[in-house]
Amino acid sequence: MYNFDVERPSTIADAVKALGREEAQPMSGGQTLIPTLKARLAAPSVLVSLGGIDEMKGVCLDDAGRLCIGGATTHATVAAEAAAHYPALASLAARIGDPAVRNRGTIGGSLANNDPSACYPAGALGSGATIVTNTREIAADDYFQGMFDTALEEGEIVTEVKFPIPTAAHYEKILQPASRFPLVAAFVARTADGVRVAITGASNNGVFRWSEAEAALGANFAADALAGMSLDDTDMISDLHGTGAYRAHLCAVMTKRAVAAIA
Amino acid sequence: MPKDGGIGASSKRREDVRFLTGNGKYTDDINLRGQAYVHFLRSDIAHGILKSVDTSAAEGMPGVVKIFTGADFEAVGGMPCGWQVTDKHGQPMQEPGHPVLARGKVRHVGEPIAAVVAETLAEARDAAEAIVLDIEHLPAVVDMKEAVKDGAPKVHDDLTSNLCYDWGFVEENKGAVDEAFKNAAHVTTLELTNNRLVANPMEPRVAVGDYDRSGGDHTLYTTSQNPHVIRLLMGAFVLGIPEHKLRVVAPDVGGGFGTKIFHYQEEAFCTFAAKACNRPVKWTSTRSEAFISDAHGRDHVTKIELALDADNNFTALRTDTYANMGAYLSTFAPSVPTWLHGTLMAGNYKTPLIYVNVKAVFTNTVPVDAYRGAGRPEATYQLERLIDMAAHELGVDPIALRRQNFITEFPYATPVAVEYDTGDYIATMDKLEEMADIAGFAARRKASEAKGKLRGFGVNCYIEACGIAPSNLVGQLGARAGLYESATVRVNATGGLVVMTGSHSHGQGHETSFAQVVAEMIGIDENMIEIVHGDTARTPMGMGTYGSRSIAVGGSAMVRATEKIIAKAKKIASHLLEASEGDIELKDGAFSVAGTDKSVAWGEVTLAAYVPHNYPLEDIEPGLEETAFYDPSNFTYPSGAYACEVELDPETGQVTIERFSAADDFGNIINPMIVTGQVHGGLAQGIGQALLENCAYDSDGQLLSASYMDYAMPRAVDLPFYDVDHSCQTPCTHNPLGVKGCGEAGAIGSPPAVVNAVIDAMRSGGKDVKHIDMPVSPSRVWAAMNG
Amino acid sequence: MTQVKMTVNGKTASGEVEGRTLLAQFLRDDQGLTGTHVGCDTSQCGACVVHVNGKAVKSCTMLAIEADGAEVATIEGQANADGSLNVIQQAFQDHHGLQCGFCTPGMVMSAAALLKENPKPTESEVRHYLDGNICRCTGYHNIVKAIMAASGQDVSAIAAE
Repeated sequence: MYNFDVERPSTIADAVKALGREEAQPMSGGQTLIPTLKARLAAPSVLVSLGGIDEMKGVCLDDAGRLCIGGATTHATVAAEAAAHYPALASLAARIGDPAVRNRGTIGGSLANNDPSACYPAGALGSGATIVTNTREIAADDYFQGMFDTALEEGEIVTEVKFPIPTAAHYEKILQPASRFPLVAAFVARTADGVRVAITGASNNGVFRWSEAEAALGANFAADALAGMSLDDTDMISDLHGTGAYRAHLCAVMTKRAVAAIA
Repeated sequence: MPKDGGIGASSKRREDVRFLTGNGKYTDDINLRGQAYVHFLRSDIAHGILKSVDTSAAEGMPGVVKIFTGADFEAVGGMPCGWQVTDKHGQPMQEPGHPVLARGKVRHVGEPIAAVVAETLAEARDAAEAIVLDIEHLPAVVDMKEAVKDGAPKVHDDLTSNLCYDWGFVEENKGAVDEAFKNAAHVTTLELTNNRLVANPMEPRVAVGDYDRSGGDHTLYTTSQNPHVIRLLMGAFVLGIPEHKLRVVAPDVGGGFGTKIFHYQEEAFCTFAAKACNRPVKWTSTRSEAFISDAHGRDHVTKIELALDADNNFTALRTDTYANMGAYLSTFAPSVPTWLHGTLMAGNYKTPLIYVNVKAVFTNTVPVDAYRGAGRPEATYQLERLIDMAAHELGVDPIALRRQNFITEFPYATPVAVEYDTGDYIATMDKLEEMADIAGFAARRKASEAKGKLRGFGVNCYIEACGIAPSNLVGQLGARAGLYESATVRVNATGGLVVMTGSHSHGQGHETSFAQVVAEMIGIDENMIEIVHGDTARTPMGMGTYGSRSIAVGGSAMVRATEKIIAKAKKIASHLLEASEGDIELKDGAFSVAGTDKSVAWGEVTLAAYVPHNYPLEDIEPGLEETAFYDPSNFTYPSGAYACEVELDPETGQVTIERFSAADDFGNIINPMIVTGQVHGGLAQGIGQALLENCAYDSDGQLLSASYMDYAMPRAVDLPFYDVDHSCQTPCTHNPLGVKGCGEAGAIGSPPAVVNAVIDAMRSGGKDVKHIDMPVSPSRVWAAMNG
Repeated sequence: MTQVKMTVNGKTASGEVEGRTLLAQFLRDDQGLTGTHVGCDTSQCGACVVHVNGKAVKSCTMLAIEADGAEVATIEGQANADGSLNVIQQAFQDHHGLQCGFCTPGMVMSAAALLKENPKPTESEVRHYLDGNICRCTGYHNIVKAIMAASGQDVSAIAAE
């Protein structure tokens, strides 16, 4: 690692201020960023640790019945505290990485990083969540902008995520055997307004909604409704662990299984 | 009744206490006063001309002690290869130079080019980034068959080609083998790949060099399976340090699996630099560095053919293998695809005619050398996949086809130059059939199918040659070393013993099992015995631990030394008891005169040896310390039969191991608990190879699986509880303990059973798959099912 | 350099660290607690698992500064007060749950965290909890068995020795 200063603000305001320093970078749980720093793939001068900001931690319901999760809330906390309100999201959080990673990694960090194979982007996009930052609220549909790319501006941090709670939802994933990130995963949410299907792990453009599947499931919420449907594999990730065609196939399988688990 | 001590007891491991409390002492836990740290600048391209290495900007960076390049090592030797294979024309293999730091060219990603020694590791790394390299890129050769074509880029310009050797075995049999194929009633042919693997002991390699100017003494602390071998190779061939001026210490070592046998550049560098910098120099590998600097394993591409007569008897076997050496010859690399592979091609079967061809090839990849099983897993995989395929083609039961062709009479001389002393392949197969509950398989398959899954069952047998190795024999085969083992048994005045062994324990539990043997022989408590290993200054010359040799060879040396101790102690006892030496009996730690009630305790005899007041000084010396070297007269031949049951998800291609049964014949067993644990670990590595692990390069020689993000290590969820049995025991006839060794069996015996089971599952789903290469990943299974 | 102060195994531990100093480095290099091991650089092997404020974390993926003021527990503090092995450590020895010992500290710390959360885990729960702990020696059989035994469950039906 290159060396850097560490700032440990205790309020969002102080964090934003610290991020104004030259070459400053925010760090939430650090479970992706620290390995990146070890490989010297990033060289911040200042690392602003968001782990000490209490106002960014916790899980609660707002007046609109949305599940609100502070940006610095760990996966383990979401797994435990969201279970009663939004079991599918809690289950997603409970299956990220491994227990020690879940004790450090946070929802805000995951969404800010937007790894094309991460779990939370599927949960947020699939739920139609709202990503709250220190400056604004961003709809999930506008937030994810491609592999490792989001609507976040320089110095903007995810302070909270608000999840409308669907009637039913399920997250189905198949693991990449080495990294244990999803090889492909589907988050399916059934809401009063329709069905949302978000896919992670598959596309070179990161998490995406499978709109044809959503339409079909909106008309008939059953795994059979997806029979014969497939995704174009041209923009699918193709690597050591699977071709684009295989990933495209898995998108359908994971979606069907998620639907079957709900229906 | 299980014993509570001595040979055959599942004694708890004494070494566990320090490991479980954080008190193990691994090489990275060693920090010497004033030590500096080295960071190696490694090539990030696979093949190129090293035009210049400009260290000028780096020299003045903060904390830099000294920067080394290939030029600093011109006066010293290169990395030696310990085995010279002779090709089928009687010519020695092509043996390229192997510099400590690259000179002239870089030949694989990860090859060290320069080394920066600095006050801190971060400073060393910072300075390394300031070194300017001018490398002219050359096309890389990665694929072995492409590498041996005319006009392929040459890895080594001074060699005639990328072919290290073209080995035929037994060359004189080739004509007869070809003739048998012409006359065969049926021929089965299979082409397969034995996937390249990375050993990945959990402890990355570490080296700490130290130099004492007062006496001119060098010390190297290193993560090695064989510190004496490192001392010999590094001292004699690389740095020119006589062995009496070089101490090599391998303290607690966190797993080896073969990859810590070899002498590496970093060890030579730290030893050299400690003197050059006049301070200790430490290197700790990161895991990422390990992937591009630890020797890899396996990586064979093979065509194998089996000839059968009309009654399904095997009549001949013929193989054609390409074996990847990587860019340089690692310490024992040439022996792996030849003498550890070709000699095992008979397997458990009485095939009368066998011919093995192996072409060893240089490529722009990390050197390849022994990894758990080394050559024997490759042999077993080919043969046992081939037999399954033959059974399928002939429409016969694969177990019956194996049984029909089993070797049943011992000793048995194979047509590939080894003689199996003992074995009972019918007994292990009988045991396996019982363990695997074959009768219940149909119901289990039905249950899987009810869930939309396919279920498959696969078996294989294996034989291995271990207890490596008779020195006379391996000398004829090209080894540049002997493969005996040594032990010194030092009895202290108060009766306690120290056994100093040349074997090295890095997980095998020698501190416990070796003590059990000596305790049994003398009849004293195991806790009176201390096992010392891993330090050339404290133990006699040793050849170390690999090839499942520790108990068979190192244990035998210890037995011989202990026998000498007992013989001398009996002499002392006979004097103390005023009886004839021939009448003295040793039982339960006491010497008695046969037929009398006269006896003297062990401790009295040992005390007399060191306080020789009433002592036959005219006949024997005081003291009680003996050394023995043991050189085996043959290999040992553990064998067994394994069965695997898998469930396959036809939609995703995912395979899960539902049952795994292993029936092994290891001869006599010292500690059943440890033996079972060794099999478990081997199985996990074999299953890992079959399902998960894949060391892959792209066509430019870039390693695609360069970290745990892409190299799939088996986790707890990937593996089942195993059913392991070693009650079938045909003791080895030529070592004093009757032991065969158990360290590699699991890794050798398991991959074919897994792949056979997966293919059986796919066939049950209506897909007639001939073969699928390892690792049998979901992606590959899905492609095979939909191909 | 920044001064950090934390409690490690019940004792105050303090030192000067850089921003980039990892908790694992602070424990090993500054405090001499070399029982915590580093086996990878991608936060996967788990040889470095310690507890921070009662929770299992990978000490190679946490900055020492972030542990300022925390309660840290490492393998060195796990034995009983009289120095004897604790229930988990003893189960690992009794069931041969370790070979080379390198992954063992992380395994024991993860097992301790598991049994705190889930006092009677099933085989599947144990295996999943060890997702972030890689062992290359044991094939996990005896680790899983040891953890189940440490939870007070009867493991006599699990195969062999």
